[in-house]
Amino acid sequence: MRVDRSRLPAPGAARPFRFPAIEKSVLPNGLRVWTVRHPSIPVLALMLLLRRGAADDPAGKEGLAAITVDMMDEGSGDRSAIEIHEGLARLGAQLDSDIGADAALLTVTALSRFAAPALSLLADIAARPSLRHEDFERVRQLRLHRLTQLRDMPGAVADRAFVRLLYGTHPYGHTPLGSEPSLSSLTIDDVRAFHEAMMRPTDATLVVAGDCYHPEIEALAARAFDGWMGTATGAVPASPALPLPARLNVIPRPGAPQSELRIGHVAVARNTPDYHALIAANMVLGGQFVSRINLNLREEKGFTYGARTSFDFRRMAGPFALQVSVQTAATAEAIHESLDEIAAIRGPRPVSSDELALGVAALTRGYARNFETAEQVARAVTQIALYDLPDDYFAEFVPLVERVTADDVTRVSAQHLDPSRLTTLVVGDYDTIAPDLGRLDLGAPIVLSGDTF
Amino acid sequence: MNIAFSKHTLANGLDVLLHEDHACPIVAVNLWYHVGSKNETAGHTGFAHLFEHLMFEGSAHHDRGFFPPLQGAGASLNGSTNADRTNYWELVPSNALELALWMESDRMGFLLPALTDVKFANQRDVVLNERRQNYENRPYGLAPMAMLAALYPPDHPYHWTTIGEIDDLNAAKIDEVREFFRTYYHAGNASLAIAGDINSNDVLDLVRAYFEDLAPGPAVAPVRPDDVTLADETRLLLEDRVELPRLYIAWISPAMFAADEADLDLAADILANGKTSRLYRRLVYEQRIATDVSAAQNSREVAGFLQLAATAAPGHTLAELEQAFVEEVDRIASEGPNEDEIERGRVQAEAQFVFRLQTVGGFGGKSDQLNAYNVFVGNPDFFNRDLQRYQQVTSQSLQAAVKRYLANPRRVTLSVVPRGRTMLAMPDSTPARVS
Repeated sequence: MRVDRSRLPAPGAARPFRFPAIEKSVLPNGLRVWTVRHPSIPVLALMLLLRRGAADDPAGKEGLAAITVDMMDEGSGDRSAIEIHEGLARLGAQLDSDIGADAALLTVTALSRFAAPALSLLADIAARPSLRHEDFERVRQLRLHRLTQLRDMPGAVADRAFVRLLYGTHPYGHTPLGSEPSLSSLTIDDVRAFHEAMMRPTDATLVVAGDCYHPEIEALAARAFDGWMGTATGAVPASPALPLPARLNVIPRPGAPQSELRIGHVAVARNTPDYHALIAANMVLGGQFVSRINLNLREEKGFTYGARTSFDFRRMAGPFALQVSVQTAATAEAIHESLDEIAAIRGPRPVSSDELALGVAALTRGYARNFETAEQVARAVTQIALYDLPDDYFAEFVPLVERVTADDVTRVSAQHLDPSRLTTLVVGDYDTIAPDLGRLDLGAPIVLSGDTF
Repeated sequence: MNIAFSKHTLANGLDVLLHEDHACPIVAVNLWYHVGSKNETAGHTGFAHLFEHLMFEGSAHHDRGFFPPLQGAGASLNGSTNADRTNYWELVPSNALELALWMESDRMGFLLPALTDVKFANQRDVVLNERRQNYENRPYGLAPMAMLAALYPPDHPYHWTTIGEIDDLNAAKIDEVREFFRTYYHAGNASLAIAGDINSNDVLDLVRAYFEDLAPGPAVAPVRPDDVTLADETRLLLEDRVELPRLYIAWISPAMFAADEADLDLAADILANGKTSRLYRRLVYEQRIATDVSAAQNSREVAGFLQLAATAAPGHTLAELEQAFVEEVDRIASEGPNEDEIERGRVQAEAQFVFRLQTVGGFGGKSDQLNAYNVFVGNPDFFNRDLQRYQQVTSQSLQAAVKRYLANPRRVTLSVVPRGRTMLAMPDSTPARVS
């Protein structure tokens, strides 16, 4: 067989893929138990989704949700944190905890023959944490040290400052870690109260994917989570008005070889009917290697190792943001090019049919690879629980994205991206870049101190 | 437990490894070239990685970006360079395997006709920005350079990091790209693993069609530097834009798959990985004098090093951390680990190996593992034996390895301190030379 190098081979017919079927039940205490059978490897991913997150931090107690989650594996009953982790290690199990604006997620990955002890440990951590004062003091101190260290990390400084610029005192206006003043003011009683009020079975979902059967998991979960009672309270309060940040903001970092940039504004919530059109638009704009912004700033100009944009879809309107780290001398030009690309996709330079086809194909043709491991499957299913998506969400994803037209992309870009509202933040060597920034048509830059975030 | 495979060596020397797994309609294509920064020479560092970037910029029959056709077919793809090898992978829907083979074979056979000065200059700029982002503008980011430079002598190929020296990157010439390609990028120096939703017989025919006509290239001489022995302790300091001082200590240790390597890998876990480790418990949990601790046995093809690191909590000194490091190492050397630590290590090894069977592609997936075993051991059938190495570790063997490699002052100690506060470094430290 001789190969034809004059043209690329066209793909054959796609092989069918069955998306995970979710089996569901509800325990008497209100905990939802969802399982997906995914038996290829003798592994289980156990995820407990608690639909409370950093947005539920009371004003002045920013960081409370995150430190509460951090405290959950610090002991249970009369066992210390070390003993809990020795228990996990004896199973070869891994524990991860994530906290975001809308939810907390505890994950235990284990060999499937350890389903019972792994679930039991997960329940000890989530439902019966000791929440001892002396552990709290240590954990809080470590988080304060972490805040100190983040001051040296330009990307972290930019992330913390940017959400504050965009959201102000809105529940999304802080990162989960909180700030030095808020963390310093917290007590173990705050943590106990938060766990008591928020971390309750009525707004929790246990998702288990892997080599398992639903009835077995349901019975094990009923035993493990027995005694965990109560109704989660304290929904996120009514949102205050959003601030009107300056167009251009700078946090000086003298001598920095690169500028860390964030450009964006508050955009849209996860439940928008424009979801599929927006992710297609983002693929073309900055959501993949071959996106307009990455090709421009990296492949054409060599300003950066990589640039990307994203819509952070949340239960309330989340941010649209461009993130890039560029060499110092190219800062102003990179901002100019980025703003230009964002404006262009709204109409002046609408997506071509080729660009759209590539973006849609990248989202749809490889979709099955997102369901290869038990952990991927479980994580996908938690999205259904977090955002109240329909059970056929995965099966419908590909056809819905394929239906997006170029006109849809232009329309949703024009509707959800507003160049006049875009806020730019630079963490970089201000003395060097100030003259160039002055030539951008964004007004005088507001100079902020990294220490205030 | 194993990764079932078939191996075929084409006439031009290309090793082909095939593994069937029909759980998901995807196929992993994973191509290793047995070349990394270890094949560079002083004054020409960073070249293997810069070259990797150029592999994504087009080849003779597709002289455009490497990404668009593959992403349009639903693939994810990437590449990476380390000291010992360069790998490239695509994870494609089953129906796009031929496209991935077309693309990989074209850049293996026909890269140079598409190479231009413009591409070369652009990707050098991108790499310089990668260096700024991941090393220069990152707290503690230059520590790896200081450690490697002190652990290995100037003529040793692990003396420099894969990202390379700025001056060397700026001095690189496009003719070197051509020479590098002819020397290392050919079938005889490559290993191709394909794993996933395939029929092995059909795929072998397809691989032959795309790769068998490509030239074999010259034999590549193995890089075999002399064994390194540190004569004494080296104490270095580095001033950085950091708030808290951090201590690194490293010893020369065995190479990948060498005797004692699994023992030292487990020793690193027992010393400082996770909340059950001895140094976490002592420094972070009980005494609260460190904010974090970590340990790693860094196993490379021809040598290794075991490194401990910890960041001092405010009000505490690096000398306190050093004392704890040395005491805990000495305690394992004199008493050995306890049986519970060994038993946990055994179960954790089993679990980690099972977890490694979950993905066919990407970094660390089954295709990548088959290539690693094939290239470094010369035998892809090594998964189970690799696991056995960990399960055979005993309290006595681990104790002996720690005694031999770590319980001595032949080590490198690096203090990374806030700028202008060199008094926070360990006594008698001299400034490390990094760019």
